[in-house]
Amino acid sequence: MELGARVRGDFPLLARTVHGKPLVYLDSAATSQKPRVVLDALQEYYCRYNANVHRGIYAIAEEATARYEAARATLARLLHAARPEEIVFTRGTTEAINLVAGSWGRATLRAGDEIVLTEMEHHSNIVPWQLLAAEKGARLKYVPVTDAGRLDLDALDRLLTERTRLVAVVHQSNVLGTVNPIREIADRAHAAGALVLVDAAQSVPHQAIDVQQLGADFLAFSGHKMLGPTGSGGLWARYELLEAMPPYHGGGEMIVRVDYERSTFKAPPHRFEAGTPPIAGAIVLAVAADYLQGVGFEAIAAWEHTLVAYALERLRDVPGLRILGPTTPEQRGGAISFVMDVAHPHDIAQVLDQEGIAIRAGHHCAQLLHRRFGVEASARASVHLYNTREDIDALVAGLHAVRRLFTRASRPV
Amino acid sequence: MALDDLYREVILDHYAHPRNRGRLDPADVTVEGANPLCGDELVLSVRLEGDRVVAARFEGRGCSISQASASMLTEAITGKSVDEVRGLIGAFKAMMRGAGPADSLGDLAALQGVRKFPVRIKCATLAWVALEQGLDERAAGRAPTRTTTETDPA
Repeated sequence: MELGARVRGDFPLLARTVHGKPLVYLDSAATSQKPRVVLDALQEYYCRYNANVHRGIYAIAEEATARYEAARATLARLLHAARPEEIVFTRGTTEAINLVAGSWGRATLRAGDEIVLTEMEHHSNIVPWQLLAAEKGARLKYVPVTDAGRLDLDALDRLLTERTRLVAVVHQSNVLGTVNPIREIADRAHAAGALVLVDAAQSVPHQAIDVQQLGADFLAFSGHKMLGPTGSGGLWARYELLEAMPPYHGGGEMIVRVDYERSTFKAPPHRFEAGTPPIAGAIVLAVAADYLQGVGFEAIAAWEHTLVAYALERLRDVPGLRILGPTTPEQRGGAISFVMDVAHPHDIAQVLDQEGIAIRAGHHCAQLLHRRFGVEASARASVHLYNTREDIDALVAGLHAVRRLFTRASRPV
Repeated sequence: MALDDLYREVILDHYAHPRNRGRLDPADVTVEGANPLCGDELVLSVRLEGDRVVAARFEGRGCSISQASASMLTEAITGKSVDEVRGLIGAFKAMMRGAGPADSLGDLAALQGVRKFPVRIKCATLAWVALEQGLDERAAGRAPTRTTTETDPA
């Protein structure tokens, strides 16, 4: 049995119907569905050992603390971090990037310094740097995207100067599906004396990640896209970088001693975890990571490659449909964005919804990228391990229905 | 909920064959409208003779509902006095809120099916909200600004 069909039963939500039709969920790039083990772990936390971490001198508080720190170790193993203390729990990718901008960026950047981004970044890897650049008088530069939906790496060499402090780049595009060659980018950035931040929101859920091999300095990820709960996620950073960084948020948990005028702070990662952290989120995220590793990233990546190849081939049969980004499955993830000549993305999504098919329509928080492709919006179907060939068949049938509906009116009046 | 309620024949026809597409220059009222949620954008321009609309044009990009509604608007207001146009805007917005009868609105009544799809209501009202703001600005002698569905939820 193919992987999608084999694991589908683990995800209770996928059994529901929408508008009287079985749900076909093709929006995992926005958020993933959750397996039963994750939902059970969430319930178990609140029913059995809900207590605040790092303070209680009683059994369940110690249990919660131990599980919270064990979750950190699990995430560190998942990403091949050198040690658990390199993982800072955050609410997700956006907060992780803002943490780097607000702490490392504010402490490091000087007027005239440069940050290199790419045209395929999500707004969460653009706007924090714009805010920082405006405050510091720094400059932002963008690596262009080719018509084929790949980064123009020749341009990267021209953009890197001795003023470049950081290259912030997405691992896997949430719109184009493109998987970027992070190691190559990191080597060039490091040769120019810059650090590298990787937005891994779309890659950690789908492929084995080794931060050492990637050559990254910072890596941000979200729990809810990797079968975990919303409001969970984290930042990985090399420990010596974290050690040199000032606090991001101030509050409880992150201090050693508080005096009237100033305070001293804990070592990383707790220096960056002010207040009560998302305890359940972190613990349950580790359960999700274990589930993914249990299925195996090799199997997941192979199945998603098969599904994407199948989808790209089937979509070729829909007249007037144009895919944004790579049209072959090599170095490509499970997000497929497209436009149709006869129907706007919102109309496509609306018609598909009536068939129980959930896709995304809009700019997917990537306005620069859409403008680069000359459109204001696109429709996006994205897969995860639990999708099947039947889901793709339903999508393609739905798109033919969209075409029929909107060409009916295109006849001359 | 049936798709036929949303995509009525007359709406699909206006989307595929928009009427009065383009821009009037000079114009007595020019106003931009945007729906940041969807990315719908349009520019309406209206020419008056005395108190009467003699021409209306629109240009823009967006979904079938926003574009068809703008196309229907340009047809509906041509030949009407400014007061009549204001009355029509009020009647249209009332219909879209479910607070007024649709029978006096002719073809525009086709858009009432959008009410069953709440996230699309702003697509239908975009052109109307923009026109109302354009008329207000002209009456007040103010320079035109950009209307968005976020500043006036209709």
